[in-house]
Amino acid sequence: MKRLFADIGLITGKDLKIELRSRVLINQVAPFALMILVLFGIALDADQQSLRNFASGLFWISVLLCALMAISRSMTIERDDEALVGLNLSGVDPLAIFLGKTCAIAIQLLILEIFLGVGIILLYRSEVEDLLLLVSTGLFACIAISALGTIFGFLASGLGVRETLLPILLLPLLLPVLIGATRAFDDALGVAAINGWNWFAFVAGLTVILTSVGAGANHLMVEN
Amino acid sequence: MTSSLTTASKGSKILGMTSIVGFVVLVLLAFFVTDPDIRFHPETGEEFGQFDAVRLLYLHVPMAIVTYLAFVVCAIASAGYLVKRTFWWDSMAHAAGEVGTLTCALVLITGSIWGRPVWNTWWEWGDVRLMSTLILFLLFLGYLALRGAFVSPQHAARPAAIVALIAVLDIPLINRSVEWWENRTLHQKSTLSELKIEDLTLFTLVLGILVSVLVVSWLILHRFRVAWLEHVEFEQGVKTAIEERRHLGHGD
Amino acid sequence: MTHLGYLLAGWGLSSFIVLLYAFRLLKRGAQLSARVPSDQARWMSSPKQNGR
Repeated sequence: MKRLFADIGLITGKDLKIELRSRVLINQVAPFALMILVLFGIALDADQQSLRNFASGLFWISVLLCALMAISRSMTIERDDEALVGLNLSGVDPLAIFLGKTCAIAIQLLILEIFLGVGIILLYRSEVEDLLLLVSTGLFACIAISALGTIFGFLASGLGVRETLLPILLLPLLLPVLIGATRAFDDALGVAAINGWNWFAFVAGLTVILTSVGAGANHLMVEN
Repeated sequence: MTSSLTTASKGSKILGMTSIVGFVVLVLLAFFVTDPDIRFHPETGEEFGQFDAVRLLYLHVPMAIVTYLAFVVCAIASAGYLVKRTFWWDSMAHAAGEVGTLTCALVLITGSIWGRPVWNTWWEWGDVRLMSTLILFLLFLGYLALRGAFVSPQHAARPAAIVALIAVLDIPLINRSVEWWENRTLHQKSTLSELKIEDLTLFTLVLGILVSVLVVSWLILHRFRVAWLEHVEFEQGVKTAIEERRHLGHGD
Repeated sequence: MTHLGYLLAGWGLSSFIVLLYAFRLLKRGAQLSARVPSDQARWMSSPKQNGR
């Protein structure tokens, strides 16, 4: 057990270190996220009221699109120079590889979420009514997205068409997460009179299910 | 005799013939023998109901049922593949997945065509089953895209099986979430409960389900055999290539 | 009959799509069968055909 956590830390640290050195997140993904927010604003004719009402949906769509980039990026690291083969041969528990990569993607997504959150507050004039709900939903949803994303990233990693295949595989499966997180955010941002904590509970449940499914699928993938 | 070789067998021919006969009987019953759905308001005596549009349900409902059946077969075959790792299970999953996607598209098309006169809309965002079916369709489009992305069928088998299993496991979650998302539905709780069920209506519907099962079985059977032949041909190609290489090696 | 257009569209389109798919399956099957030895197609291998 102790070994597992050490390995997870190792993999996560490795991915984050590569990220810090290459700065793809800061130089490419974050500007892309900002661009999406601006594009939505322009497409919706900068109608302040609509933007405020739709802020949570727009936020989560931006997160999903950025997640696709982050996952793709995370797999590219492993594909270049056959690094994944080396990783598998290194004797690290496959579960640790899966959880480690999931953690690394989740941490990156979390940073993006904070960035996007500030974005919707500044650009769409959203007002936070329940910070705790906002933060906890953001945390759990990004773990769920990362877990499933890692699995599908692995599945598609050997393929040249990875960037085009990943969205159609991943997005329909993430629909429940999108719905749950958006509704919880609607409550937290005060645009819908619903109980957001129920939706948070749904998202949290999904996170547990998807992470376990991901871990199980990962086991199936590495066994031979 | 090679020209007469096909994916057909005696059994599949019988199955095909039965399907065609069944379909003709179904059309006759659905269009000419059964009554249109006309009801009268208890107080005003006004006519209402689905009228002849109800005849679309004899196709739409059975299609929806066989779509779910096909996806269940796909999931079972995928699980079978992960346990047994034989090509048979993989081909079966592929065949069921592809045919299921086709019928799923038909469910969406016929549902939309039925919805226009009855619900007065081609598409209704607030309907759970409609939304879930569309997502299901998209999921399996992804599944087929994944399969198509691999050059050799062997390499596609494991990822495809995992995707199919995750997709099928996700269906209840999608259903739940869409249901909570918009807590209202246009769909009848059950298609049958609102209609005045006569023996003939029920019989036609059951016949529709039977015919659809036959048609889909025929399609899956032939799709399976095509997948099998593709596999054999691929293996053969590899073998020939290896032999050619060996030959070249000896020649030098 | 009311809604005749919708009825024909629904039934017609569905039958057409299924027939088209079935036809393409048969065609592809025939193409492949010609290239693959018949003993590899299990559904074809009755004793008579194998004893050539």
